[in-house]
Amino acid sequence: MHDIEIHIDESTLLRGGWRIMARKEAADHIQSARFTVLVAILAVAAAGAVYAAANGIRDVAPRAGEVSGLFLKLFSITENPVPFPYLTFVGFLGPLLGIMFGFDAISGERSQGTLPRLLSHPIHRDQVIVGKFAGGLGVIGLTVTALTALVSGIGIFRLGLAPEPAEVGRLIIWLVATIVYLGVWLALAMLASVTMKKAATSALVGLAVWLGLVLFGPLLFTLTANAVAGSDPVPLAETEVMLSRLSPATLYQEASTVLLDPSQRAVGLVTLGQVDRALVSELTLTQSLGVIWPQIVGMLALTSVLFAWAFVAFMRQEVRA
Amino acid sequence: MRTTVEASGLTKRYNGKTVVDGLTLTLSEGEVFGLLGPNGAGKTTTILMMLGLTEPSDGDVRILGHDPRREPLVVKRRVGYLPDSVGFYDNLTGRENLRFSAQLNRLDPRTAEDRIAAVLSDVGLPAAGDALVGTYSRGMRQRLGIADALLKEPAVLILDEPTTAIDPEGVQEILHLIRRLADERRVTVLLSSHLLHQVQSVCDRVAIFVEGRVAALGTPSELAESSSGPERVEVVVDRDLGHGIDDADFVESVAPGRTAGSYVVTVTPGATADLVSFLIGRGVSVTGVRRVGHDLDEIYRRYFEKELADA
Repeated sequence: MHDIEIHIDESTLLRGGWRIMARKEAADHIQSARFTVLVAILAVAAAGAVYAAANGIRDVAPRAGEVSGLFLKLFSITENPVPFPYLTFVGFLGPLLGIMFGFDAISGERSQGTLPRLLSHPIHRDQVIVGKFAGGLGVIGLTVTALTALVSGIGIFRLGLAPEPAEVGRLIIWLVATIVYLGVWLALAMLASVTMKKAATSALVGLAVWLGLVLFGPLLFTLTANAVAGSDPVPLAETEVMLSRLSPATLYQEASTVLLDPSQRAVGLVTLGQVDRALVSELTLTQSLGVIWPQIVGMLALTSVLFAWAFVAFMRQEVRA
Repeated sequence: MRTTVEASGLTKRYNGKTVVDGLTLTLSEGEVFGLLGPNGAGKTTTILMMLGLTEPSDGDVRILGHDPRREPLVVKRRVGYLPDSVGFYDNLTGRENLRFSAQLNRLDPRTAEDRIAAVLSDVGLPAAGDALVGTYSRGMRQRLGIADALLKEPAVLILDEPTTAIDPEGVQEILHLIRRLADERRVTVLLSSHLLHQVQSVCDRVAIFVEGRVAALGTPSELAESSSGPERVEVVVDRDLGHGIDDADFVESVAPGRTAGSYVVTVTPGATADLVSFLIGRGVSVTGVRRVGHDLDEIYRRYFEKELADA
């Protein structure tokens, strides 16, 4: 009896190994040179984007009374010479954060030969991969939150305009959506790191998918839609929209546009007939969320599928493989 | 003596090939057990099954009464393991690597620092702890691996090829450490090696493991007895043996030993006892008898050559 009691206690004591793993993973990321370099690049790009946006807002400022969500415009508009607004650039470069933190999660352990030793300590195999995902996502969350705070700070300073509570709410939800979006890329990179033997191959796979979806995606979807749907404009456009929603980049772009602009009432294809005689009005945060709920759920589902795949593949591998 | 490791009918098949075939083994506390065999004999697979890191296809393992498949964490908390070609995080120092292991073993930070200092000096790395592991030599990594296994103060220590990549002097230190752990802390040590000479002196029992099967198991001297080759015996006697001993038909040759009054006598297999009674019958008083032959070597070679010939 006594013996049984002892090891029940011990099993309880040995729970939560994933947290130890996550802490180490996060510490490793933050101390790594690649993190410093990438954050520096992102910070410069973010500052550039917001600077240009602030100039744009100054131009419309005289009409400020008519422009809604003025502070949020900081994130969604741009002006020459900066080509992208902040949200586009997060959608475009953000995936690099996910890929960077995930590509060597497991393959790195393998190439250093640390996996058998790690697993000989009291930690379950699933806790290793869960901990690595959690640690990576934590650092990603921290990074995008810090960047967004930086952008907001510059905006407040340049414009002398403080965000309203509703705008802060939108910004926070947008941050959550951004973290979910980057989670898709982190899960993808981890899947590559489990299935590829070498960290370099795994990084290449991640980058190839990123280039394919984010850079060449629109072109690819247009061509496919042309081939599938014929030349009738409405079905063609609908097919294209549907196809492009297979990419997390599209889902994220749609979600951020609606979240950061209260006057956006729909995503995707809107015909003139649908907006005919519609009153110009703004959506509340709940209504905006309602519009892009499918996008958010889609990104969550994609993350879950990719992570589950990586998880199962990792659990089935031999320690020595 | 308390039983610590029990394997019965342990079997592992990979894609239809049997790598470990019905291994049955019982180890007790304070015992040093050597699993000897050529590379690819299934030693590492056996060890991984004992740790619950790979599923046995058949059979059963109990470590300190726990099944590694059902209670892996409890087993891993008590078993120290040095993997074959051990790896560490190159971007961390030796001490930082050990600190992470200490966290995984839920040692509180204070205890952890004390133990890290202790195990680093046990394995002879007291000064290198604060250097990045990336700068370590293979031998240093191996030592750090042993330190990592010792950190949790294991009741069972499993060392896969602990002496490869370590210089000869270092090997002696490591073997002493292993013996000390077994004698003083009653640790059960299971070590695998393909280098018979290096480890046979430290092992209480050895198993010669070929193609997933135990070809021979016993104390080194038992195995030597079962051998068919001639035996070499060192006797210490009170007088000059000179002549008179060569006429016994089981004596093949006599040579002076290392100290005064000691002789190394080569006798036919199993004739050690005959030699002693022969000497006593001649009125010689025998103060020491020790088997010095490398007969285990011969067994080992025999199995390995067979294995090589088959391959």
